[in-house]
Amino acid sequence: MTRALLIWTVLALVLAVPLIAAANSPLLAWRDPVYIIAGFAGVVGMGLLLLQPLLAGRYLPGLSPLTSRRLHRWIGIALVTAILIHVGGLWITSPPDVVDALLFVSPTPFSAWGVIAMWAAFAAACLGLYRQRLKLRFRVWRLCHTALVAVTITGSVVHAMLIEGTMEIMTKTTLCALVLLASARTLAKLRVWDVHRR
Amino acid sequence: MTNTRFSRRSLIALGGAVLATGTTGLLLPARAAGLAPTPSMRGGSNNYRPGAPIVDRIGGGGFWMTGTVRRAGDGAPLPGQRIQIWAHTTEGHERDPQSHGATLTDANGQFRLEMPQIVPAFGQPHGHLAYDSGEFETVFLRPIMASSKDKTLAAHFVLQPL
Repeated sequence: MTRALLIWTVLALVLAVPLIAAANSPLLAWRDPVYIIAGFAGVVGMGLLLLQPLLAGRYLPGLSPLTSRRLHRWIGIALVTAILIHVGGLWITSPPDVVDALLFVSPTPFSAWGVIAMWAAFAAACLGLYRQRLKLRFRVWRLCHTALVAVTITGSVVHAMLIEGTMEIMTKTTLCALVLLASARTLAKLRVWDVHRR
Repeated sequence: MTNTRFSRRSLIALGGAVLATGTTGLLLPARAAGLAPTPSMRGGSNNYRPGAPIVDRIGGGGFWMTGTVRRAGDGAPLPGQRIQIWAHTTEGHERDPQSHGATLTDANGQFRLEMPQIVPAFGQPHGHLAYDSGEFETVFLRPIMASSKDKTLAAHFVLQPL
């Protein structure tokens, strides 16, 4: 019980502290609300990226496997929404910069990483949405989903680390490291590369 | 008769010396074209508003955009050239009209325009500059500040006559 409480408290802090730090960024003073919301959608998205492997790996105490799976689905939808708000808000703020990013002709190296991560996330979400209809064997489906997710996670972390934005550097680095750690741990636990039936 | 035959050893030594010198940049190919024109940078023209007015200062100032304008080929400084400048600053977004201004180069082809502090936007602290007056080929630059705390940023134009 104490252990569960501790895990949930730490998780809440890990998700909240980067948001609080970003909310104190001096850059916010010189940005319009739409730009601020777009930036925060990105920070929220990174937090959701931490929750996803934890739910997939059933690491969170007090959640039944079914609840974990449902939450994973809802967090996935929330992540897609966060990405859409992030890109949409940036588009409103500066259309040519976002068009450049989407067409992979942006001068900023992190843009391409972000766009690749976005498409991989959308594809991973589609796989989730159409799992029943795809009629793939579960382990094959899971390998495909995980491969796309690996692209999303790598792309998102590189994207975030290369950006000089509202995220504070220490909290950003910690959150990114935890996302990588949680993902690697879950991959290893589920042995996703093993597609043979047990 | 002097012996001018190259031995394998001397050939390797000579070739190696040429290669080594070449990598240092000391061996230059004949430069018939002279000073090459500055190409436009990726994203340089983003949020450009043609016809920014010539101003003494953009907004409240506190930050300096500096640079030079020279002619391609002979590298002659170009006086009186209009350079347009805009950026995301403490006083507005790139798209805002008050973030745009222009200045003219002096007799030495140098320009400097005071503007508000540039702040990181879209992930990098950067400025935009344009030469778009018709006498030379249009060039858009997008220099990046080494640090967002910098109080100045430089950009240099080498323009190709039309």
